[in-house]
Amino acid sequence: MQKKNVAKFLLACLLMFVSFNSQAFSVKEPQEGGDAKVNTEEEISEYIDHHLADSHYVNFFSDGETGAHYGFSLPVILWDNGLKVFSSGKFHHGEDLAVIDGQHYRLYHSKIYKTDAEGTITYGEDGFPANERPLDFSITKNVLYMLVVSLLMLLVFGGLAKQYKNRSVPKGSGRVLEPLVLYVRDEIAKPNIGKNYRKYTGFLLTVFFFIWILNLLGMTPLGVNVTGNIAVTMALALITFFIVQFSGNKDYWKHIFWMPGVPWPMKIVLAPIEVLGMFTKPFALMIRLFANMTAGHVIIMTLLGLIVVFQNWIAGPAFFGFTIFISIIELLVAFLQAYIFTLLSALYIGMAVEEHDHHHPADNEDIPVL
Amino acid sequence: MEEALNLDMIGAGLIIIGAGFGLGKIGSAAMEGIARQPEAAGKIQTAMIIIAALLEGVAFAALFAV
Repeated sequence: MQKKNVAKFLLACLLMFVSFNSQAFSVKEPQEGGDAKVNTEEEISEYIDHHLADSHYVNFFSDGETGAHYGFSLPVILWDNGLKVFSSGKFHHGEDLAVIDGQHYRLYHSKIYKTDAEGTITYGEDGFPANERPLDFSITKNVLYMLVVSLLMLLVFGGLAKQYKNRSVPKGSGRVLEPLVLYVRDEIAKPNIGKNYRKYTGFLLTVFFFIWILNLLGMTPLGVNVTGNIAVTMALALITFFIVQFSGNKDYWKHIFWMPGVPWPMKIVLAPIEVLGMFTKPFALMIRLFANMTAGHVIIMTLLGLIVVFQNWIAGPAFFGFTIFISIIELLVAFLQAYIFTLLSALYIGMAVEEHDHHHPADNEDIPVL
Repeated sequence: MEEALNLDMIGAGLIIIGAGFGLGKIGSAAMEGIARQPEAAGKIQTAMIIIAALLEGVAFAALFAV
């Protein structure tokens, strides 16, 4: 009994892992003669895939038996020989075709394709739909939550900034936020950037609170997974990349292309490595945040799914406890990732604006022997 | 299921074992450092978190490259 359970557990873990790593939008062949257990596992992995992906709906929960969805539709904005704006409700969660100006659109695995009147999806050799796709600028779930958080930050911090005109001690939410703002300024920006830290504190504060609030929203049952989307983290990392490159001083570029203080053959070897380093730093920022948040969501949802897979009195409470445990760790991770993104951004900016007042021995000078 | 047991998974597992070992070493070294010089705890902690984050990045890259 015990052995069988362990085997089942490993199997379930493996299944989750495989299904998570397999392409979310690949074509799934319907399984013939699969027993009920396999179907539950498939359903759970599909549910997790859906949670991780961006969507044209805000869906709070669905009734599995009736197939009803509880949530609301979002606007779809397409550029396809002209701007086309309509509600995603027209797709009826992928069941219907949306007909706009005589052109049929189909929502297929959360992506919009152009189809004929029957909604035929043709597949390319790689198994992915080969249908043409319009340029999609829709307000999707992720965009909506980003806008909400931006607005929230604008209101809260705008109000906080106004308070300081009349009083030196803030009230209300400012009492919680002031120490955090001071922490970012004094512990992250000041020691890592140096004397010009004020110029960059605004960016660091914005990025810190933006990531942190979105990470925390991801822990609510609203189905938010914005920082677990690689496009979002890429945009954030790109901003850091451009700030670093544009604020880089003479010394920064010299250290990249013509490293001082090393023999000249080494300079030629080091230049490509340093140029590569320019890109790997923001790339690591992007991957770190994305992977951490995605992994956290997958772990929590997998543990919850295991309750449904096992359906007995031992596994239920055990995995429930595990979920709470991991959720508390995720609360810590939510803060830690925001902190690390901000800290590393500050470090990279600091490297770019650092003033080297120490003297590098020039090439024709003798290196003093101590 | 047989298909899933390819070498990619084993490689990812090995990298994660390595990363776990590395994180353990960072943690133990930081603990030792703090014990020797408690007044430098803040600085040691920051350095520890930076190194841990860099290491974690590698581990996650391996995990997601599978």
